[in-house]
Amino acid sequence: MIKEVSIEQAGLEIMRRAAIDIPEDFRDGVKAMMPQETNELSQFVLKSMVENWEAAEDDRRPMCADTGLPRYFVKVGNEASVEGGFIALERALRRATATATHEVPLRPNRVHPLTRADNNNNVGIGAPEIDYSFEPNADWIDIVTVHKGGLFGSDFRMLFPGDGIDGIKRFFLDVMIQFGRRGLACQPAIVGVGIGGSKDVCMTLGKQAACLRIVGNQNPDPQIAALERELKDLGNNIGMGPMGFVGSSMVVDCNIEVGCTHTGGMPVSVHSFCLSSRRAVARLHASGEIEYRTDPAWFTDYMRREGIE
Amino acid sequence: MKTVHLKMPVTTADLQGLEIGTIIYLEGLLYTGREGLYKRLIDEGIPPPLDLVATTNVNFHCSPAAASNDAGGFDVGAVTGTASFRFSKWMSKWFELSKCQMIIGKGGMSREDYLQHFVPNNAVYLTTVGYGTGALLGRGVKRVVDVHWLEELGIAQAMWVLEVDNFGPFLLESDLQGNSLFHNAGQTVNEGLDKLYDGLKKPALGRYGETTSRDDEVI
Repeated sequence: MIKEVSIEQAGLEIMRRAAIDIPEDFRDGVKAMMPQETNELSQFVLKSMVENWEAAEDDRRPMCADTGLPRYFVKVGNEASVEGGFIALERALRRATATATHEVPLRPNRVHPLTRADNNNNVGIGAPEIDYSFEPNADWIDIVTVHKGGLFGSDFRMLFPGDGIDGIKRFFLDVMIQFGRRGLACQPAIVGVGIGGSKDVCMTLGKQAACLRIVGNQNPDPQIAALERELKDLGNNIGMGPMGFVGSSMVVDCNIEVGCTHTGGMPVSVHSFCLSSRRAVARLHASGEIEYRTDPAWFTDYMRREGIE
Repeated sequence: MKTVHLKMPVTTADLQGLEIGTIIYLEGLLYTGREGLYKRLIDEGIPPPLDLVATTNVNFHCSPAAASNDAGGFDVGAVTGTASFRFSKWMSKWFELSKCQMIIGKGGMSREDYLQHFVPNNAVYLTTVGYGTGALLGRGVKRVVDVHWLEELGIAQAMWVLEVDNFGPFLLESDLQGNSLFHNAGQTVNEGLDKLYDGLKKPALGRYGETTSRDDEVI
């Protein structure tokens, strides 16, 4: 039985870690781009970002003041049981969000969309979002938090089967260029691409590909993995770098996720995470043990299953 | 790249001769202000909560990750700029009201804004770097001197008066003549765009839009 108090404790801890500690895979990915970057201004930006991550870790302060829209992704083992059920889990995560906002501190970004009223704790209608997935043969739950800014760097387009890979490339370039100018997308970033599904699922796939997969991993389908590499290279050959300066550092990695879609359509979404790719994960075991890590391991074989069973 | 340290309030003499692309660190007093503040002051005509001109002449488009502490003050964790282009429509009246000579933010403003609003007021624009150097900037905040309209606008939109030291890095994005780093970068990037799309056929369904040229910015 996983205790409510453990969920709240883990929720708070991952909020703190996400805000302060840059995931190693992302830091290594950016450092690997630095030797290729030849433009002086772009080099300066990358160097400053690395220094900033070090400052955040040394001082235990958030790496970016726009602490995004803090939210959770929960993967539930099929054999896991939660004290008080999932209503208790959601209450615990809402409490953890409010506490983290005050203690880390996070910026209270969440406001009512029309009145703009701010509860000053990142909690409100539909906030934080809590999304779920399931995993067979497991008695743990994984709680992932992602802090992602929300204004720039994402777009959706309904393409059609005849548009083919060319259509995907054009749209990908369009998004990179329009939001890359002046660095509105805070690039270089992990870029997630969702292809297929219903429109809303297409957005979700791309968003999760950006936020819940790490630098260096590949889609298990070799054809999709090849497209990931191709889009990454395309993005890094635009001639644009960080802040929209001349350069070559746009895409730290490209992650693609697909879902079966309407026979007449090929919806595509593109999402840039940012230079502060903030995510943290806690695994809560039935024994009460809590393990922390930075790889969400969200897209499992079960998530990508194709058959009926 | 050249690095310059400036004291606030800044003077026209300080800003003269500074070239775009210069790395800048700041010391002294500045205040934050963005759409919430501009709406109240300019659209609603509510008098400012402090003597703007006497306080400083530097306005940071940002909101800090701040929280109240037990001593009755505030702790600032990180500070990061927010995209300035959205505030273009208030700039003319804002300069009139505030006599600001330095705006700091994310991503700059359009070249037209610089020529129309900044140059006549001897004002420059500094961009934050990255844009996520929130921890480095947070280190430079020595003290929250005051916070105004916290209740009315909330933590993110309130007007924070901050005392800072070795506060940076920033890049001089627009100088006293209205030259712009982003404008120049955009021009260079544009030269390579056509060949990127060469050989990629257009989608069957186009889109309504406000621009049909990739050389344009959408801000």
